[in-house]
Amino acid sequence: MSPTEAPILTAADLAGNGVYGDDPDGHGKFGVFGGRFVPEALIPALDQVAVEYEKAKNDEEFLREFDHLLRTYAGRPTTLTEVPRFAAHAGGARIVLKREDLTHTGAHKINNVLGQALLTRRLGKTRVIAETGAGQHGVATATAAALLGLECVIYMGAVDCERQALNVARMKLLGATVVPVTNGSQTLKDAINEAFRDWVTNVDRTHYLFGTVAGPHPFPEIVRDFARIIGVEARRQMIELTGRLPDAVAAAVGGGSNAIGIFHAFIGDEEVRLHGYEAAGRGLESGEHALTLTAGTIGVLHGSRTYVLQDDEGQTIESHSISAGLDYPGVGPEHAWLKDSGRATYHGVTDDEAMEAFALLARTEGIIPAIESSHALAGALKLGRELGPEATILVNLSGRGDKDMGTAMKYFNL
Amino acid sequence: MTTLQTVFSKARAENRAALVGYLPAGFPTKEGAVAAATAMVEAGCDVIEIGLPYSDPLMDGPTIQDAVHRSLTNGTRIADVMRTVEGVAKSGAATLVMTYWNPIDQYGAGRFARDLANAGGVGTITPDLTPEESGTWLQESKDAGIDTVFLVAPSSTEDRIGKVAKICTGFVYAASLMGVTGARESVGSAAEGLVGRTRRHTSLPVCVGLGVGTGKQAAEVAAYADGVIVGSAFIRRLLDAPDEASGLASVRELAAELAAGVRR
Repeated sequence: MSPTEAPILTAADLAGNGVYGDDPDGHGKFGVFGGRFVPEALIPALDQVAVEYEKAKNDEEFLREFDHLLRTYAGRPTTLTEVPRFAAHAGGARIVLKREDLTHTGAHKINNVLGQALLTRRLGKTRVIAETGAGQHGVATATAAALLGLECVIYMGAVDCERQALNVARMKLLGATVVPVTNGSQTLKDAINEAFRDWVTNVDRTHYLFGTVAGPHPFPEIVRDFARIIGVEARRQMIELTGRLPDAVAAAVGGGSNAIGIFHAFIGDEEVRLHGYEAAGRGLESGEHALTLTAGTIGVLHGSRTYVLQDDEGQTIESHSISAGLDYPGVGPEHAWLKDSGRATYHGVTDDEAMEAFALLARTEGIIPAIESSHALAGALKLGRELGPEATILVNLSGRGDKDMGTAMKYFNL
Repeated sequence: MTTLQTVFSKARAENRAALVGYLPAGFPTKEGAVAAATAMVEAGCDVIEIGLPYSDPLMDGPTIQDAVHRSLTNGTRIADVMRTVEGVAKSGAATLVMTYWNPIDQYGAGRFARDLANAGGVGTITPDLTPEESGTWLQESKDAGIDTVFLVAPSSTEDRIGKVAKICTGFVYAASLMGVTGARESVGSAAEGLVGRTRRHTSLPVCVGLGVGTGKQAAEVAAYADGVIVGSAFIRRLLDAPDEASGLASVRELAAELAAGVRR
């Protein structure tokens, strides 16, 4: 078998490592988090997805097909890149990037999308819908829909359509219909509401290709499993590169898919610290942030019990972040559970800190990261100074920054 | 206080379906909602559902979204919802609160159930609370003496209908079609079948909602259901009215038309 033919994915990779009680209990609960809070009309569709996914993940044909697409279409495995010139600003700690920005379409979202697109075909459905914030999940979904010949409708907040105009054009070019959502805060949360409304109306022929590890069961589990490959590869590659596991893994957290994707394979390695970085926007005190895990309270949003930015009567509070992909007042229930169990810790990174890291990586290493991923980079700079020069930090560079040039031009007066 | 049981036995005795009207609290204003609901009752609504405005109403169509948004912009709080219930209950209608789960969860389930009962409310409809997650709410509602209404949908399997019907008291809410709230040209053809399937699991009244907006549609649904639920059509009347007085006249007119429909 030549290296390109070697499978990069096994059933065990997909199903998780079964440690630390991390698999939902059948009702989709991670401790007290998760579950299903949706109209009864959607229960049969969610059950159907759950049942079909259980079959698929143990079906060699499905795994082979997914593996094939990951290798020959998405460009996996993605490489690790050590970034010493960047790390010089982090107290000399070793910093290694997992290069999800090098995947086809430019972000980790493609992994989940390819898995769910194949699942859509197994479900016998011909239409996919999706929500998108930064537009990366929308682009990835439109891409997979084009590849598999599925009809595709993307819901995107009108505010996000504006700040991610390039991605809107990409989705249209790929044959998707992009629907700007003009109600509420006109961002990701409202796009999700609108996608649910479409789904309940067209569920017979439509799969909701959910883009993050939030939402009702089984989405948090399925999206995690399809994103797990990030950490599975990175864990093996870190041992090859450094001879040992990293001291810490850093990732940005909005809904939480890239973070779960890289964290999950390390959950059983108790010596590896897991750090998630949420968008602190203009700072906690400003009230303009997306610090769901850091400053939110437990509630229900978009079908799942989790941490939510909400007032004392359960009304969702609008979030803010310079990065559209992190601008979400909820978070995946597994992160809520990792936080409460203490296995992972979550911190805030402000707009300014993220933009500083964004520019620093570009200047020191010639890599322009997504602003989402720049939150993890900013986190790694702080973490490096804290852990000292002996430490090795693995950072999930979840996406590339091409889509963010409009924001960067404005921010830096380029 | 009029109970759901009283309403349905009275309707049954009159050989007709009950008429259920929906309005969100705080819409068009805090006082305006009480006035509009009272007008609806005077013109023939037997039951009023007061909507608790929520920031993320994912099963509501554009009309209710619009009303709810205005209500939240008016600063409506749960205390206002309770005051609205109190005002409407005085009109003699059995008054329920329809709400997504999170506001109850944050307010405190026990406190919500007690406050609602004290305001003269007779129960709740909770569209996103599934049987699996309903344990606490069922207990608190029982302790406070209020009914718990849940939804079944055309997509519901026999097993699901059984599970939902088992935890309902008062009545079962059958969604007429797959979709969000809002008046439609025709009521879903799936509704009659769903009511029939639901009756195999319960002796409770079965009411049909989603998409009903005219007297003719109300008459169609009343032929096979115990109650006809109308929401968006009332809200549309209020949204389209040039002033409060004509809005009240308009909802009164619609309620009368629907009330005649359920008696055909």
